[in-house]
Amino acid sequence: MKILVCISHVPDTTSKINFCDNNKSFDSDGIQFIINPNDEFGLIRAIWFKEKTGATVDVINVGLNNTEQTLRKALAIGADKAIRINTIPKCSKVVAKSISKYLESNQYDLIIAGRESIDYNGGMVPGMISALSKINFVDKCTSLEITNDNVKAVREIEGGVENISTSLPLIISSQKGLVEEKDLRIPNMRGIMMARKKELIVIEDYGFKISSETVKFEKPLTKNKVTLIPSNNIDKLIELLNKEAKVI
Amino acid sequence: MCILIYAESEKGKLKKDCFELASYASLIAKTLELEVHAVCFNADNAEELSNYGVIKTYHYKNKNYLNFDATIYSDYISKIFNEKFRFLILSSSSNSRYLGGILSVKLNASYISNVISKIESKSSIKVVRNSFTNKAFETVEALEKNVILSVAKNSFEIIKEPVTVEIEEINFEMSGPINIVTSIEKSENKISISDADVVVSGGRGLKGPENWHLVEDLADVLGGATACSKPVSDLGWRPHSEHVGQTGKPVSSNLYVAIGISGAIQHLAGVNASKTKVVINTDPEAPFFKAADYGIVGDAFKVVPDLISKIKEFKSSNL
Ligand SMILES: Cc1cc2nc3c(=O)[nH]c(=O)nc-3n(C[C@H](O)[C@H](O)[C@H](O)COP(=O)(O)OP(=O)(O)OC[C@H]3O[C@@H](n4cnc5c(N)ncnc54)[C@H](O)[C@@H]3O)c2cc1C
Repeated sequence: MKILVCISHVPDTTSKINFCDNNKSFDSDGIQFIINPNDEFGLIRAIWFKEKTGATVDVINVGLNNTEQTLRKALAIGADKAIRINTIPKCSKVVAKSISKYLESNQYDLIIAGRESIDYNGGMVPGMISALSKINFVDKCTSLEITNDNVKAVREIEGGVENISTSLPLIISSQKGLVEEKDLRIPNMRGIMMARKKELIVIEDYGFKISSETVKFEKPLTKNKVTLIPSNNIDKLIELLNKEAKVI
Repeated sequence: MCILIYAESEKGKLKKDCFELASYASLIAKTLELEVHAVCFNADNAEELSNYGVIKTYHYKNKNYLNFDATIYSDYISKIFNEKFRFLILSSSSNSRYLGGILSVKLNASYISNVISKIESKSSIKVVRNSFTNKAFETVEALEKNVILSVAKNSFEIIKEPVTVEIEEINFEMSGPINIVTSIEKSENKISISDADVVVSGGRGLKGPENWHLVEDLADVLGGATACSKPVSDLGWRPHSEHVGQTGKPVSSNLYVAIGISGAIQHLAGVNASKTKVVINTDPEAPFFKAADYGIVGDAFKVVPDLISKIKEFKSSNL
């Protein structure tokens, strides 16, 4: 089985969010970047298949060379080969079209992409790839079992789950549940050394036109101060929730 | 050229957020000077959309196919869209978001998710969306001729606007879906986090799963859903489906009550979009107090039972 995991390079979850370039771009000054957490759950599941069934795991990113450190981290955790498409990921469609273009000449049985990235929160790329490359798709996947060509997947829905039976080739969007938090891996020294020798292929920009464009970013206004209520005056809280906030 | 909304149904009935979507579509329809139409699958009450400005509904009907299938549904939605539409409005539900990416390719459309604003001008299609997990607002311009917007939950009011509706019933077939739904597990009497107006959430401060009756009982009296912080689900005290925050589910309820949750940046990112936040924590320095509207510095094991009984009293005297 050949697996491709799409990796988004995102600011660490504790990052201060600021903008530059006339509020048109994220200010990455002093920011630590990580593998997008939803992608990481998918990557770890892919590596599980590698270790249990001998699958191969490639990782792909659409981005400039600053994302290579994140791809190297994926290699250090256990991916076999990395691909970077040298394109500014200006909108989800450009990312999806680039990955689909790559798929025209490279065959995979399973493609995994995070449910959404924690920076732009688009949640669009996996569905777009599925439609562009005409590959069957299961969104918001919280469990994935594969025996031969037979796939059992679980999809999260409001208030529950859907159990799905399907087949390869398949694209899923990954999130927590696919593997447990404790299964996540920190690259060890040996992994990091090996990652340096693994192949990282750079593909030049395919030149796709953007579909939507950021006009500007703004930060939410700072909040009013909290109203503290003494713990022996619950009636006051109920009155405020009823009369002021009007939520009960 | 018209606006099409995808009105989702469940068990043969339209879901409540359809009316929110229809109201939103009617709002932007005024600026765009377009008509609002809807498409739905197996919804016995399809005509109710006319209360919210929908003048034509395409109703795909076939009682043999009650399960959602993204590939098949997106084909049927594209069939209608291609005739005379320019805008497609989706909700933020799992099924709608599942369709969004697929349809943006099939319809050659710019797709913008988490939308929280109207459209101000018909000459350039710009909307504001939530991004960076509620830590920023992004104004985005759609550059393709067709546009798909998925509207963030709880961002727009339901506005009544009764009109006369024409309903076109169309038979549909689901031939050989590749994804076969073998079963659905859903607790019938529990409200889901994404559908709830009130969410009551517990953190590590509650000490252990045996104390979750506090969260459940409070959710019960408020008619809300239960949620938890990430470590609580990692420890296995509660299911993953209850984990909220940046790496869990987003919450944008009217009321969010946080009990024994410190308010780490990753937790806040996911719940900040809620309108009113109440925090109960023993530590006056807990960061959550800075993000809350109302706070009680106190022990959850004393405050919450008190709160539950006082709300019960309040509710019974305000029937
Ligand atoms: C990459 C990454 C992603 C993350 N994503 C998320 C996420 O999506 N969601 C999330 O929640 N976290 C997330 N976290 C974890 C986050 O950083 C915090 O560790 C977590 O939110 C803390 O959970 P907590 O508030 O329940 O526990 P704690 O931080 O341990 O807080 C417990 C609180 O309970 C209070 N308390 C103790 N006893 C009582 C009592 N008797 N009555 C009242 N209060 C009491 C304490 O004062 C304290 O404030 C993420 C972390 C990382 C690194």
